[in-house]
Amino acid sequence: MAVLKEEGVDTIFGFPGGVVIDIFDELSRTDIQHILVRHEQGAAHAADGYARAKGSVGVCLVTSGPGATNTVSGLASAHMDSIPVVALTGQVPTKLIGNDAFQEVDIVGITRPCTKHNYLVKRTEDLARVLKEAFHIARSGRPGPVLVDLPKDVTQGKARYKPLPEPRMPSYNPTYTPNIKQLRRAVSLIREAERPVVFSGGGVILSGASKELTEFAKKLHAPVTASLMGLGSFPGTDPLWLGMLGMHGTYRANMAIGACDLLIGIGVRFDDRVTGKVETFAPNAKIIHVDIDPTSISKNIPVTVPIVGDCKSALGGLNSLLNEEKVKITKKSRKPWFDQIEKWKSTQPLRYEQGDVIKPQYVVEKLYELTKGKAIITTEVGQNQMWAAQYYHFERPNCFITSGGLGCMGFGLPAAIGAQVACPDKLVVDVAGDGSIQMNIQELATAVQYRLPVKVVILNNRYLGMVRQWQELFYEKRYEATDLEHGPDFAKLAEAYGAVGLKATKPQEVVSVLKQGLESPGPAMMDFWVAREECVYPMVPAGASITEMLLA
Amino acid sequence: MQKHTISLLVDNEPGVLSRVSGLFSGRGFNIESLCVAETSDPAISRMTLVTRGDDAIAEQIKKQLNKLINVIKVHDLTGTEYVEREMALIKVQAKADYRAEILRIVDIFRCNVVDVSPAHYTIEVTGTADKLGAILGLLKPMGIKEIARTGAIALGREKKDKAGATS
Repeated sequence: MAVLKEEGVDTIFGFPGGVVIDIFDELSRTDIQHILVRHEQGAAHAADGYARAKGSVGVCLVTSGPGATNTVSGLASAHMDSIPVVALTGQVPTKLIGNDAFQEVDIVGITRPCTKHNYLVKRTEDLARVLKEAFHIARSGRPGPVLVDLPKDVTQGKARYKPLPEPRMPSYNPTYTPNIKQLRRAVSLIREAERPVVFSGGGVILSGASKELTEFAKKLHAPVTASLMGLGSFPGTDPLWLGMLGMHGTYRANMAIGACDLLIGIGVRFDDRVTGKVETFAPNAKIIHVDIDPTSISKNIPVTVPIVGDCKSALGGLNSLLNEEKVKITKKSRKPWFDQIEKWKSTQPLRYEQGDVIKPQYVVEKLYELTKGKAIITTEVGQNQMWAAQYYHFERPNCFITSGGLGCMGFGLPAAIGAQVACPDKLVVDVAGDGSIQMNIQELATAVQYRLPVKVVILNNRYLGMVRQWQELFYEKRYEATDLEHGPDFAKLAEAYGAVGLKATKPQEVVSVLKQGLESPGPAMMDFWVAREECVYPMVPAGASITEMLLA
Repeated sequence: MQKHTISLLVDNEPGVLSRVSGLFSGRGFNIESLCVAETSDPAISRMTLVTRGDDAIAEQIKKQLNKLINVIKVHDLTGTEYVEREMALIKVQAKADYRAEILRIVDIFRCNVVDVSPAHYTIEVTGTADKLGAILGLLKPMGIKEIARTGAIALGREKKDKAGATS
């Protein structure tokens, strides 16, 4: 507990069980707030949402066996998105380990590939050091989840705590400061470029480099795009903003990747949802790639200038080199490039037509207007996630919280709860689908119990929409296993949990339901019956080049 | 697909081997052989790992290994001066007609016979993978009953002298 306090932990998301009663008992004697979730997956996602909204380490605490295995999806999601989470799991007493004891599972073995690192603590005297290391590893370098498995006898034992220094680990030394030679090479490519594109990712948000990124883009007069994880790293209303790129990116962003002569990727990992067919990704471009994790560089896309380092230091370094070398790029010199981008934008904007039935895009657009773009948005996974990414314009980092890499349905509500705990004064809205929300809907009880006024906007198409979209486009409309016609009445369900429940079935009801829901003092769930067979466009079919888009 | 012999220094802790082997299986890299034992420092083990892949894959393998928290040092010996050895125990049928021939082969390859029975010899042979391949080829016609190989172990060579002359 002393270590947890020292590491600045003020909240733990957890669920008790036999082997962690001692830890909970000790917890009650501290001022650390405990949020009792209703499912351990919720605890892991809530810790993740808390970490992203607050920019610090999120902590969850669960019991052994099923308690631990239920956190696996949450840890895998945090791992893919590089979110600092420390998961404390109970374990059977050391002398029973390996005996197939009640509620025993080898959680260290299970989570080895989906955590940044994990530990089994075998002696009480190691506990403090291991916890220190866990927090250090979780938050430093490329952040990620760290699991610490705590056998019951280890947590029952007593050891005197002497404050420990910051851990020094000879085998773990992330590179923060980029190599100056590589920065110079990058600057010389920047000088020559006529059609540059800046591509920002989650790394920029994690390293708190948004200010440096904005300065960099303005110096270059370069258009900026971002991955799903990078939304909010650059202001979504800036004239340099292209919108998101990739499978459901904007037409102009994807076309700009196809045409650019210099691509500057910062804190990104060029995953398949971004690149489409790798052979034809940015075919005319030299590529500069900044990332703190060397394994991300040249993993999927060969790069011209690799820069290993923290995004903030690298961007800061590039900015000062550009100043030092007096690189002046005029707005005028970029005119042909921006004319072309404007042409793409005006011929193929993001669009939908609002008719007699509510369009999901319309709901998100109205949500954006009513919240003036200031809400923290979490999402579930699928169409709801893509519409939120396309139609809500994020101005600031840490405001868009989504399961990007893993694409974990059931993420949004518990993540919203975590974000609300981290930022009690902010409006937190989960943009959900009727499929995903049912994967962790029980967390509504958590929101009600702790008076966390999260809002849930369900874009209810009574389908598993994204899979249905693939079936429509690539499987001749054979809607196998995607029809959710028999869903619950979400408004009544919300009321049953003690939250406000609202429903809109006509376009003219959308604004009033949103207003009512957003203004209600407690948690509220709003059920919007939207066009059943609406698709997310643009769409790059799997395996195609990102410039080969299906359009609305 | 070039062969790479990679030498790793790792923390001597439970679970480290599975972190390394799990990395290979999880990411679809292949392991031809893997050898682990403690070094002179009991807190540190050395792993010698033989894998195959093109340059990009070898680069990823090294970076991914380096990323593991318990891996202290990664050294790809391929393309450097190094010594590589592997040991095999070969149980070969030794019928009366062949017994002398087998012993001649043992002599030529400077191996040892470590167990003898009326119908079998067990031979201990140490050398490079090529040498092991050669002796196995020669013994095969006599009938190899069982074989146990250690997998390769390797260390980089030190510079011979200031002038670099190795004679």
